[in-house]
Amino acid sequence: MSNKMLEIRWHGRGGQGVVLASRFMASSAIRENLYFQAFPFFGPERLGAPVVAFTRISNEPINLHCAIEEPDVVVVLDPSLLGVVKVTQNLKASGTSVVNHAGIPQDLKNGTQRRVFAVDADRISREELGRVMPNTPMVGALVKAVGLIGLESVFSEFEEQFSQRFKPELIRQNLNAIRRAYEEVREV
Amino acid sequence: MKLLTRKVVGLTGDGAAAEAMRQIDPDVVAAYPITPQTEIVEKFAEYVAGGLVNTEFICVESEHSAISACCGSSAAGARTVTATSSQGLALMHEMLYIAAANRLPIVMINVNRALSAPLNIHNDQSDTFGSRDAGWIQLYCENVQEVYDTTIQGIRIAEHPEVQLPVMVCLDGFILSHSMERLELLSDAEVKDFIGAFRPRTNLLDFDKPITLGAAAMPEYYFEHRFAQSYALDRALERVVAVDQEFGAKFARSYGVVEAYRMDDAELAVVTLGSLAGTTKFVVDRFREEGVKAGSLKIKLFRPFPIEAVAAALKNVKAAAVLEKAISPGAPGPALFSDVLGALYHQGVKASLISYVAGLGGRDVPPKSITRIYNHLQQIAETGRIGRILNYLDLRGWQ
Repeated sequence: MSNKMLEIRWHGRGGQGVVLASRFMASSAIRENLYFQAFPFFGPERLGAPVVAFTRISNEPINLHCAIEEPDVVVVLDPSLLGVVKVTQNLKASGTSVVNHAGIPQDLKNGTQRRVFAVDADRISREELGRVMPNTPMVGALVKAVGLIGLESVFSEFEEQFSQRFKPELIRQNLNAIRRAYEEVREV
Repeated sequence: MKLLTRKVVGLTGDGAAAEAMRQIDPDVVAAYPITPQTEIVEKFAEYVAGGLVNTEFICVESEHSAISACCGSSAAGARTVTATSSQGLALMHEMLYIAAANRLPIVMINVNRALSAPLNIHNDQSDTFGSRDAGWIQLYCENVQEVYDTTIQGIRIAEHPEVQLPVMVCLDGFILSHSMERLELLSDAEVKDFIGAFRPRTNLLDFDKPITLGAAAMPEYYFEHRFAQSYALDRALERVVAVDQEFGAKFARSYGVVEAYRMDDAELAVVTLGSLAGTTKFVVDRFREEGVKAGSLKIKLFRPFPIEAVAAALKNVKAAAVLEKAISPGAPGPALFSDVLGALYHQGVKASLISYVAGLGGRDVPPKSITRIYNHLQQIAETGRIGRILNYLDLRGWQ
């Protein structure tokens, strides 16, 4: 919307932790003294059904209270959505896509200057967490792609938020997944 | 059970309301869960189970029972809080009038949601507008910070000896209730200190000063009772102002009963409330960047209606629109529009005023739609002709 505000749209499937990721990314912005909003698209919620959530991050208080119409960034947590949902709809011409994908995702540029980043978050989460849970590594990939928030901020926010809910082992595994996605994400 | 130890946090609107309730630590909470208020009751039930509050939490079988239990506990001198939404508020309807008429300072958090039918869980303000004549103080919140602050202020307002009236704190369903935003919390001690102890002037359990509540009044006295209640509600306005100012002096956040945004030299204004006020400010900033003298007016306090403040803010505009998420079938205009019109008439202010109903049942109201309202106002200001008074934003088939 303006240079000062970053608007992110998240695509995933019910059960993949899309809303959690949208909120976690937002609250990590506390560490950078930024303002934020995170909210789901309030449709019928079913396991496996396509889900959309939004995150706004800004260096000043956010007045807007409506859906994000033209996101700066779209994050796709599930590669199987690419043929099903038009994930780049209304993405800004200068926008960025960050996709969970093992190979080279189908053309998301549509002849534009948009940037596309891909990372195999399924494999990373399988190796680090022992199951496919792409939401935390995708935060790592997103942070690398947009640069607004430091990896250290993400780490400390994760520990702060989840240290009482998760065992130290699970915290470490998630932080590894985030770090690996940050390092392994590549621009297509 | 994890306590929030930081001052700056990310919480949803429901989470912020629940956190304020934990810090308030009411004597009694009686509530029934309903979407999109559910997280408030869930969180608060966790606080009760975890021993973080001393509250007597009454699990009830319906909202009618919830507000009935609240009336009883408040009459017995207990600080009482509840939360509901939409159909739940509608089910409370008869008891709302009784709570206000018996001067019971209950605080209710209402998460604004559309009323059936058709069944809809999403946001509009039909529910609390439907309770506007019940005699409660109604405050609307623009963002999550305001939800938190207003819940705390609500206790002080309701319990003030010269107010002694129930307060509704209204927040938009999903848009605020399920949206996580950055906000700054007060410490438990700051909240405790600000709200103080509840010292009811009378209570049913004070056997040295026995009183009767809920008696019948025949035609000889009913009218005077009702007038006294209405008078008390009107007088509450200055207390709402005073509590907000004290809050502002202590914690550097203050909201007023209305907020005039870039209104000093404004020629065009949109009057609205709740989260719509935020999106409207965004649109105002864009018009200002283009040199258009646009402003907006947020109604924070809907009951008692701040007649003078509204008229004063609008007295110099060329054209204004009232934007609201509720419809009043068969009325000359929707509720907020009619109130603003009434306020202008009271104060002898003539303005070209139109109405826009928008966003019913959760339909998104984006900046581009609000932009069209300002474009409409520009037209009215240029031509001096009002044209159609009642308008509907983004409604299929409406031209």
